[in-house]
Parts: sequence; structure tokens; C-alpha cells
Amino acid sequence: MTVTDAPPLAPSPAQPPVRKASTRRRLVPYWLLLPGILWLIVFFALPLAYQASTSVQTGSLETGFQVTWHFQTYWEALQEYYPQFVRSLLYAGTATLLCLLLGYPLAYMIAFKAGRWRNFLLVLVIAPFFTSFLIRTLAWKTILADSGPVVDVLNTLHVLDVTSWLGWTDGSRVLATPLAVVCGLTYNFLPFMILPLYTSLERIDGRLHEAAGDLYATPATTFRKVTFPLSMPGVVSGTLLTFIPASGDYINAELLGSTDTKMVGSVIQSQFLRVLDYPTAAALSFILMAIVLAMVTVYIRKSGTEDLV
Amino acid sequence: MRWIRRNLLVIAGLLTLAYMILPNIVVMVFSFNKPQGRFNYAWQQFSLDAWKDPCGVADLCDSLSLSFQIAAWATVGATVLGTLIAFALVRYRFRARGAINSLIFLPMAMPEVVMAASLLTLFLNMGAELGFWTVLIAHIMFCLSFVVVAVKARVMSMDPRLEEAARDLYAGPVQTFVRVTLPIAAPGIAAGALLAFALSFDDFIITNFNSGSTVTFPMFVWGSAQRGTPVQINVIGTAMFVIAVVMVLAGQFLSSRRKNNAQPQ
Repeated sequence: MTVTDAPPLAPSPAQPPVRKASTRRRLVPYWLLLPGILWLIVFFALPLAYQASTSVQTGSLETGFQVTWHFQTYWEALQEYYPQFVRSLLYAGTATLLCLLLGYPLAYMIAFKAGRWRNFLLVLVIAPFFTSFLIRTLAWKTILADSGPVVDVLNTLHVLDVTSWLGWTDGSRVLATPLAVVCGLTYNFLPFMILPLYTSLERIDGRLHEAAGDLYATPATTFRKVTFPLSMPGVVSGTLLTFIPASGDYINAELLGSTDTKMVGSVIQSQFLRVLDYPTAAALSFILMAIVLAMVTVYIRKSGTEDLV
Repeated sequence: MRWIRRNLLVIAGLLTLAYMILPNIVVMVFSFNKPQGRFNYAWQQFSLDAWKDPCGVADLCDSLSLSFQIAAWATVGATVLGTLIAFALVRYRFRARGAINSLIFLPMAMPEVVMAASLLTLFLNMGAELGFWTVLIAHIMFCLSFVVVAVKARVMSMDPRLEEAARDLYAGPVQTFVRVTLPIAAPGIAAGALLAFALSFDDFIITNFNSGSTVTFPMFVWGSAQRGTPVQINVIGTAMFVIAVVMVLAGQFLSSRRKNNAQPQ
């Protein structure tokens, strides 16, 4: 997602004497852009405008919807569904944090310790992608099944007592609880964290580590002062690539959760496709978009890597 | 104990890797299961039935072939449009560059459900019939940005002097493009195309909103989570996994051999 400016092109040596030709040349980039940008305007920007207008309409399917500038829809939607919003941000945030904690060691290991296993390990990171992610998410139903080995082990170790007390699980069940949903989210978005982390770690010059060692830095200090700051671009793009899709996801919540773990994506989906209350659905998805864009902007400012996007 | 502390990092990394691979192993193992009832969530008995007849479930292979078709066309569309945009952005300075960069970035910085819902609003307002075409349009739209990013990265790292050299050797603009520029940009274009194919083939959320009654493979799997999951789903998942891993490893093996051969003896 880097947008560095390319070096300006040297003027071509043979300047055409005719003015017409140079005008034609100046138009070249616009012709190259035209089809793709038109596509994005018609099927990305225009739909957003349509949705904005839908969100301030009132009416019903029978009578039709009219724009009445009914902004209360936003307020009502927020009032009714704020638990789902809070839950979405909470689950997505937790999953992002877990992805960072789990993904960093693996990315670090592949970048610095893997040696000739590097390519093989990278294939293993990307490999799960090749099986449809819905099939893999369904596999978690088997893994976390009520009397399955995972739940048995957690039960024997009394882990589930603690997590139940915290409200993450429900008695001796893991499926249909927040823990299962967060587990699924973390799993699904881990590669999106690992790959950017790996790319930015791999770029770090190994001699910097040696230099830090020569200056009597302990491994921990080297990590804190050299490696981690230099991997910041990877951390930022990894968290964004994890958090943004996770906040709108409803697949994990639907397949691994229960009605108590519904995320805002589920609400938008059912308002749009089942309830057919288009204004509320449009308002909900606009609120989600606004929250995510606002958080992303603040986050990018804070982490000081504005040139990243 | 000391050994553990020294290798803590590698242990943590391998644990994460295990977490990532575990579902694939479960999918593989359960493709040999003979489930009782409609759902394939508990192990019953070893059986090769599903492997002998992977298309034995109604509509499964139809949905698979539909997903392949949509992914193929979406890849062609997104790759052509995205490559043109990438070249324009890297090679030319012009007004509105900033605006165009944001227009390309935004689809990637937005929860998919927002895009899916807004597209559906557009299609409903236009009175378009939901199905193959609306899904294809949507897929080209969201794959486009990823192709642009992949191609841009490659074209940006390209040495402009190579093209100058071609011009100095009296190659025309078309010849320069076909013989010099395109071959150098090809890996970026290929990466973008592969990404587009994978994204389109696996997309659920945008398809869910805009497919009407058309059933792609992810839609079929989703439906099966409610109605009953046939073992054949695990067979397809396993086959996709194995074929792709073998292809990637074979590609790496070939390219490393070519590299070795290219080195002077």
C-alpha cells in the first residue's frame, strides 16, 4: 500500500514538432485510467452515494421509499444496535491484538531464523488460503466441538472455569461463545498480519542487529530499540488488514457464535436481505464505515506512518 | 529448561503455524469420514465414498464450476483495468493523481459488508437482475485495487534506462513495450492476477449480497452449514489444498534449478 512518487520521467529526446502530437501524448495517462476509474466510480463511488441517499429515506417496500432527510434513522439504528457495534469493535480489536502477538514470532522466525526453510515456511503460511475459508471456518466447529479433545483438555486444566467466569465461554462449552468467535476471527486473518510483518522484517539489515550487539545491547533491548521500530510499517499495515475486515465480518459470528455474539455485519446482512429495511441497513453500514475510517485515520496519524497509504 | 528459553521464539512460531494448519488437517481427515446424519462434525468411520464420487451431491460441482468461471472473468477484467491504471500512475504525472490514489485505496480500507450493501442498493435502484453479471461486476470492482497495488510495486522498481536503451537501439514505442516493458512487468501482473483469482474465488460477503439466487461455491458451503455438510465439501477443500501446495512447491523447485543451471559451472 505504498504510494511513493516515481521519479519524474525524462522528457523524451525526440520532441515532436507538431503540437497536436504532444497534446495527444498528454492525454495518454487519462486514456489508460479511463476504463478502470470509470468502473470504480460507477460500481464503488456511485453505490456509496446511493446508499447515503437510501439512509435518509423513509417508506416501506409496498409504498416505496422517498428521500425525506430522516436523519433519525441513524440515531435509532445506533440506539438499537449499539451492543452489536461495541461487540464488533471489541472482537475485531481482540482478534487483531492476538494476530499481532501470535504472528510476530512466526514472521520473525521466518525472516531471521529459518535459513533454507524460509520458502517452505512461507508456503505453509499461504497454504491454508488454498482451501476455501468457509470450509476451514466450519472445521473449527469440529475442533471446538463440545466433547472434543480441545474442550476436554481445557476442562481438565480448569481453563474453562476461568473463561466462563470472565464471560468468554459458557459453562463447559466453547462453541457458540465469544471465545469461539474471536478464535475464528484470529485464525482467519492471521495471514494478513504475518505477510506484511514478514515483508518489513525481511528488509531489515542484519548488520544492524550485530551493531546493536557490539554496543552491548541485550537481545531484548535490540528488539525494543532496533527491530520493532523498523518493523512498524508492517505492524501498521498488518493491523489495518486484520482489523478492517474483521470489524465487518459476520461469517465467524454466524458459524461459530450464537445470537449473543452477533456482530454488526450480521445485523446489516439480515436488515438488507431478510428484513428488507433498507434505510436502517444503509444507516448501519454508514455508521460502521465512519467508525472504521475514523479509527484508521487516527491510528495512522498516531503511528506516524502516513506515507504508508 | 535452558533449551526451551533459547528456542522460545521458534517454539512460538511453530505453535502459530500449527494453529494455522490445524483446520486444513481436520478438513483432510474428515474427508475420509462416513458421517451419521446430515452434518460432518464428528468422526464416525473411515470411508472412501466421498473421494470416489466428489460430484455426488446435487449442485456442488455446478457451484464449483460457476465459481471458476466468475473468478476467471473477474481476473481478466481486474487485471486488464488494474494494469492500465498502475502504468498510468507510475509513468505519468498528471492532475488528480492524489484523488485517483484515494479512489483506489478506499475499496481496500472499507469493511466488505459496506461495499456489498452499497452495491446492492445500486443494483436495486437500477432494477438490475441479480445473478452472474452482478457478481462479476462486483468482483472486478473489489479485485481491481489489489491488482493496481501489485503491478505498481513491480513497475515502480523497474529501471527506466532499460526502455531508454531499447529506444536508442531504434525500437519503436510498440516494440519497446512488447519486448522490454511487458516482460519486466509480467511478474507483477501475474501476482496481481493470481491474487484477483484467489480473492474472487473465495469471496463470500459481496457475493452473498449480490448473487440473488445464483449459487457460487462459497455460497454452497454457507448453505450447507445450515442444511447439512456433505463430506464432498471436505474432499474439494483437501484437493484444492494439495494441488495448490504441489504446484507452488514444483514452481519453486523448477525456478531454483533454473537458477542453478544459469550459474557458470
